[in-house]
Formats: sequence, structure tokens, C-alpha cells
Amino acid sequence: MTSIPEPGTGPEEPATPAPTTPTGTTPPTEGAGAPAGAEPEPGAAAAESEAAERAVLDAKTFDHVLEPRSENRLPLGDGTWHQLARAYVWVRLISLTALFVVVLAAAAIITALSGETWLWIPAGLVALGAAWTAAITPRQARSFGYQLRADDLVFRRGILWQRTVAVPYGRMQLVDITHGPLDRAFGIAQLKLVTAAASTGVSIPGLTQEAAESLRDTLVTVAESRRTGL
Amino acid sequence: MTDPVVPPQPPGEPASVGHTPPVGPTPPAGATSPAGALPPAGQTSPAGAGVPRPDTRSPLSDGEWHRMHPLTPLFRGGLALVIVAGLVISNLRERIIDFFLRAAVPEGPEFEGDTGDPVDFVLRHGLVPLALLAVLVVVIVLVGLFYLAWRFHSFRITGEDVEVRQGVLFRSHRRSPIDRVQGVNLTRPMLARLCGMAKLEVVGAGTDANVKLEYLSTSNAEAVRADILRLASGRRLAEQQARGVAPASKTQAAASIVTDALTGLVLGAEEPVAEPASVVHIPAVRLILSRIFSGRLITLLVLVAAAIVGAIVGTPWILFTIVPIFLGFGAVFVRSLTKSLRYAIAPTPDGVRITYGLFTTVTETLPPGRIHAIEVRQPLMWRPAGWWSITVNRMTGKRADQNGNDQFAEVLPVGDRRDVERVLRLLMPGMPEAEWPLVFEHGILGPQPDDPYTNTPRRARILHLLSWRRNGFELTPAALFFRRGVIRRTLGIFPLARLQSVGMHQGPLARALGVASVHAHTIPGRVSGELHGVDRDAAVRLFADAEAAAVVAGTSDHSHRWGVEVVDVAEPGPDAAAEAREVAPDLARSHDFSRGRTESREVAPDAEGTAVDAADDAARAEPETGVDAAAEAPREAPGPPASRADDGEDA
Repeated sequence: MTSIPEPGTGPEEPATPAPTTPTGTTPPTEGAGAPAGAEPEPGAAAAESEAAERAVLDAKTFDHVLEPRSENRLPLGDGTWHQLARAYVWVRLISLTALFVVVLAAAAIITALSGETWLWIPAGLVALGAAWTAAITPRQARSFGYQLRADDLVFRRGILWQRTVAVPYGRMQLVDITHGPLDRAFGIAQLKLVTAAASTGVSIPGLTQEAAESLRDTLVTVAESRRTGL
Repeated sequence: MTDPVVPPQPPGEPASVGHTPPVGPTPPAGATSPAGALPPAGQTSPAGAGVPRPDTRSPLSDGEWHRMHPLTPLFRGGLALVIVAGLVISNLRERIIDFFLRAAVPEGPEFEGDTGDPVDFVLRHGLVPLALLAVLVVVIVLVGLFYLAWRFHSFRITGEDVEVRQGVLFRSHRRSPIDRVQGVNLTRPMLARLCGMAKLEVVGAGTDANVKLEYLSTSNAEAVRADILRLASGRRLAEQQARGVAPASKTQAAASIVTDALTGLVLGAEEPVAEPASVVHIPAVRLILSRIFSGRLITLLVLVAAAIVGAIVGTPWILFTIVPIFLGFGAVFVRSLTKSLRYAIAPTPDGVRITYGLFTTVTETLPPGRIHAIEVRQPLMWRPAGWWSITVNRMTGKRADQNGNDQFAEVLPVGDRRDVERVLRLLMPGMPEAEWPLVFEHGILGPQPDDPYTNTPRRARILHLLSWRRNGFELTPAALFFRRGVIRRTLGIFPLARLQSVGMHQGPLARALGVASVHAHTIPGRVSGELHGVDRDAAVRLFADAEAAAVVAGTSDHSHRWGVEVVDVAEPGPDAAAEAREVAPDLARSHDFSRGRTESREVAPDAEGTAVDAADDAARAEPETGVDAAAEAPREAPGPPASRADDGEDA
């Protein structure tokens, strides 16, 4: 289940295999290839499970992260970015359309009943906001991304306002998955990471349910093995 | 003196049977000896030998249930109840007595038309016994209620938890794990202080996570605080042995309560027993001046000026608003002054101890590694005098709505440069000597030639018109420094071992100027972790470096069990941090950046055996912690891969 490139090995593993390691000096940040070289058997198994994991995380998702055009943007850096499921755009569009229709309908009904016309001002503003959000949703959804690095999870979002957050696994207090009825119909879920800092604010919307669950299990395991104080 | 102790089985509480330890069959002892009602604190008690944890502590934290101070219900609202009842009765006494006595003397004359005094009425109609009886009944009911509340209010301190249960109808039972204790506050409100009582608050990690032991006698509160801190530190409690042996009998206990209360009344508020000397002394004049010359003064002047202008151009009646304005500001001023008077800060083995308050004295103990962010700040008006204040972010365990009046966020209300330095050295004991100039010369006093800080680039000075030369950051292996503000100078210090996550933001304007902002995410508090206007490339580098350093610092940090470190070693110096990056942290050399000075032992990387050996080492080095260390070793000792790499080379 763990696809996280363990730095050599995880601290949760017993130390006994270490002396038997032929090369011993595994650079911690070498990534996925290193453990395979050190311990052929489990390494291959790990690589396999990792490939399976990656397949789960990357199933039905976008294929590249959308960035601002300016040269001064925050760079993507190395590593593989996992992205949101394509279905997320549809969920967003449907809910925004629903909001749009409901607001306008409510305004129309109240106007018809009471003859008040000022109500169209707030209703129009809300509808305009919904329409604008719907217009940028396809691009915005492609800007989300997360990386599972050796020691931390990196999350990015936004094109006009870029935001990148790195959360060490040991700092995670809990992992929260939510999905509403519409999400379930499209098979997606939202995953939220909670640390002791309220400002961390990492919430990945629109993962496929399998990806969300596998990610949660991975994160919980890794967080447990690297538990630190607050 | 000691509070009388819960007999093994509180009445009407089947649950308590489960709570009594396996050695519970103490009843024979309890029945025979008068001291038997006390827990197995005395060495004489046979139960003492059978307690699972063989270490001895003060009798109050022996894993048994104990009661609070008998006067507790009085101070937890009981006194207010009595006073309110008294007020009601004194205001309505004629009506009440008329109402009740009408039944007793139906044919009596109209009360209204009588002498007007109900006491006369009572005397005249021979109702004295009846009236006395009524008073007696009220008193008995009150005492009974207080007794019940006291009976059902008890606490227990085991090796792992602090527990409090209370309530008669609505029972509550709160348990807090001891290794997550964020601090211990000892509060002594004026009245309780006069009676020699104190309230102990065990700060937990979370909102509304505090466990309150209110009230205990001051000496007991001190003992319990010391026990909790020692337990939390992971050290053994052997030193606590023969201290505070409980009085032999209940009568003696009651007598000692009375004596203590009287002593308290006569001698006034007594000082905590062994108060370490404060490293900072704030003269009262400086405190008063600093409170006057604060941001509030400007607000006050603006309001008064507005009122005067309004009175001149408009109606003169506006002048009268000045009075409430002054009253309001005066109240705030006096409160902040009385709170900060008698300020003291001192190092103890279990953390920094801060004492505050003129009337209500509060003593907070902050164990090592519980400070998440520090900020040194200087308002404009303090600059001529060279004063600064220090604010920290740490867990208060309060509810979100109580966080506003966080009394301790300001760990130094006002101080000069030497005071600031002393307090910072207490708060960051592990900082290498070579890095101290970063704090004062460069950090607080601001950009000087040969500035190590990375500042806002010139092209982005439009974003920070005045402060762009000063606005900057510096990263060391132990901490992240954010230098901000020219008019109101601040220096934010974020220990990497406590950093929750790192963020990097960039909006369209910042992108056009080629800058970004970096956010250090810490627990909520008054210190903000945002630094805007950092050069894009520098921000990206800082983001990566700070995150990597935070991971290293976080995994090698063991300050939640700060007592497990054994021997003090000389200053680790800057290279120790680098070394710690390579060498695995484990129980034996629990090195952490925030407390580098207490690095446990000199262990050459190749001298380190496997993790199991290291754990054995730790157990041997500290036989007292044997049990704990052995229990923890399998979990904590296996180090990250680097150590295994070393092992591999050995092999």
C-alpha cells in the first residue's frame, strides 16, 4: 500500500536487516530506486506495489499541472505530481449550475409573488459569481497537485494565486475524507490533512474514492511510523 | 498538609471499584490503622510495596483517587451562592418572613402594621426556636450540598494520565495523557490565596483540553505540579520519597487545614515554596510607563480629540462621552498593570517558570520544546527607551473563545536589551552561541553592514516602501528567523522542531515583481508566520531548505520526554546540527535542535551499535528509567536510515 519512497527504509523497520545490507550506505533521498538496489527481494515487491499504488492514484486524472505563464511563477520542481480526477470538474459544474438555477428561480418566484425587484441585485451577484467560478473551474482543477516525497507531502493549487504547502508526515494529526451525494455518484472524495496548525489548510478535493482511501491508509501508516511531538 | 484522601471506595460509585489498582485489597490495612485511609504513601503501608510502578512520588500522585481541598465548593461558586442568597434574603426578608410566619401565626396581626422589623415580630410572637431551626436547616442543606460536591470531586495521577472526575448529577470524567502535557499553570486568586489554596491547570494539546485541579492547598498544588512535570519528563520520581507524608488521622488533617487557613489569613499570601530567582526584574516605573506609551494611548488621544472637536463644532454634550472613554481605558490600563506586576521568569529543570499578577497570582511552567513561535517586538514609542516585549505561541488548551485573553502569550511584558536576551536564552536553550548575533545585532536592531538576512529585492520595494531593507529571513539548523517592520520592529523566531508545515504563496502582483511570500505554519497564536516580498528564487530555496530542516528537526526532537536526556555536554556548536542531520537520533543520544545543549552523551557515529544496543545503553545509563526506556526503546530507538548506513559500514 505504501508508495512513499522510503528514505532507504522506514524508521519503523527493525534495524536487524541493516548489517546484512551489502552496500549499506543508502542515500536517504535517492527515491524509489535505492531500496530496490539494496534489498532485491523486498525491493522488487515494493516497486511492484508502488506501481500499483501509482496506478490507483493516477487513474482517471489529469495528466499535467497547469501553471501561470510568467517566468516568475513558483516552479513545479522535480518529482511526480499526482492530480485530481477529471470527474471533479463535472461535479463542480453540476453543483454550480444547480446553485445558479436555484438562485435565479428563487429570485423570479419572489419577484412574481411580491413584486419586489431589488432582490435581483444580490441574486444577480451570486449568479454571476457562480458563472465565473464555473468558467474557471476546468483550468483551476488542473492546477491542483500533490507529491508524496520521502519525508513530506507537497500540495499545490492555484494559477493566479499560487499556493504550495509542504507537510512533514510526522506532523499529520488526522486525515479526513468527506464525500457528498453528488461526489459519490461520480466516485470522488475530498481528502483533508489536519496538523496542529490551522493555517496548514491542505485539502485535496476530487480524488477518486480508491485514490482517497489508499492515500489515507498510506498517510496514516507513514504518519504513525514517524510520529513526532507537536 | 494533605487533603483527606478518598477511601478505596467512594460511596455510590460502582465505577470506582474498577479504578482501584489491582493491589486494591487494602481494606485490612484501611480498617486497622488510622493511616489506612490514606493511600499507600507511607512506607509503612503494605500496599506501597505492591503498587505496579515501584517508583515513589509525593503521596498525591500515587495512582489513587484523591479529593480536593475541603473548601473547594466554597470557592467554586459556593461563596457566590451564599452571598447572593444573603443579598436576596436581606432585601426581601420582610416579605419572606411575612410569608412563612403567616402560616405559623395565622391570627397574628398584619406584619405591615407592626413595628416594621421582622426580628421584633419573631421575638414578640415567641418564634425564636422556629426561626433558628429554619436557619439551621438552610445551613445544613448548604453544607450537605458542599459536602456532596466535594465527595464527588476527585483526581488521580497515574504514570500515564491525569484524571479528574466531578459532578453529582452530571458526572464528568476527564483524562489527559501525561506525555502530551503542554504546561502546568498554578493560579491563586486573591481570596483562595488568603486561605492558602491554589488551582492547578494541566494544559493539554488542543482546544478545551485542560484538566483543572481546583482547589488544592498551595503546598499540595506545588507537589502535584512537580510530580506531573517529572512524570511528563520521563524521569523517575525517586527523589520525591519522604516528602510530604500525610498527617496520621482525619482529625489531624482537618486541624492542619484550619491552621493553614489561619496562617494564610494572618501572614497573607505565602510565596511558593522553592521559587527560583527571576532572571529579569521589571521596575514598576518602567512597567507603568510602558503601559502608558502603548498603542492604546494613541487611540485614547484620538478619541478625546474627536470628542473635543465634536463639542466645538457640534453640540457641547459630546464632551460628556469623554468620561466613559476614560473609565474604559482606565480599567484596561489597571488590569494590564496588575496582571504584569510582580512578574518573574526563572529556569527550572522542568522548563521555564513565569509568574505574574498582583492580586491573582498565576505561575505557568512551560516545559522544554513547548514553544512554537517567539516574537520580539518594539512599538514605535518604546524605541527611545530601548524597550521590547516578547510574545510566544504555545498551546493554551483553552477554548477558542478564551484565547483572546491569553495571559501568558506575552512572556516578557517589557524589558531592555539585556532582559530580552536573558529571556530568549531561557526560551531557546539549545541555540549555539555563534547564532546569537542573528537575534540581536542583525535581527532585532535591523539591517547592518554585513547582513546575513536575505532581504526583499530592490525591484519589489514598492510592496514594502519603508521596510524593504529590513524585511527578510534567515534559516539556521535550529530555527527560522523572520525580520519584519521598520516602524514597529519585530523579529519572529520559529523553532524548526515545532514547525507544522511550510507554505509558499504568490499572487499576480508578486509574480510581476518576481517575489513570493513564505509562511511558517505554527499552532494558532499571536505570532504570525508570514513573510511577504521574498525574492522568488530565495523563497523557493527557503521553502525546500526549511521543510527539509523541519523534517530533520522534527524527527530528532525528543523534548516531549525531556527528562530522558542524561548528561549535559558542552555546547554542541554549529557543526553539531550538521552532524545531527547525518546521525540518527535515538533514545541514547536524543539530540534535538531546540535543546542542543542537553545532548545526552558523546557518541561517535561508529560507536553506536544497532538500535537495540542503543536502547540497552539508554537503559543502563539510566537505571531508574529502566522500565520506561525499555518500554519505549523498541518504538523510538530504531533510527532513520542514516544510522543504519553507519551500522552497515561497521559490519
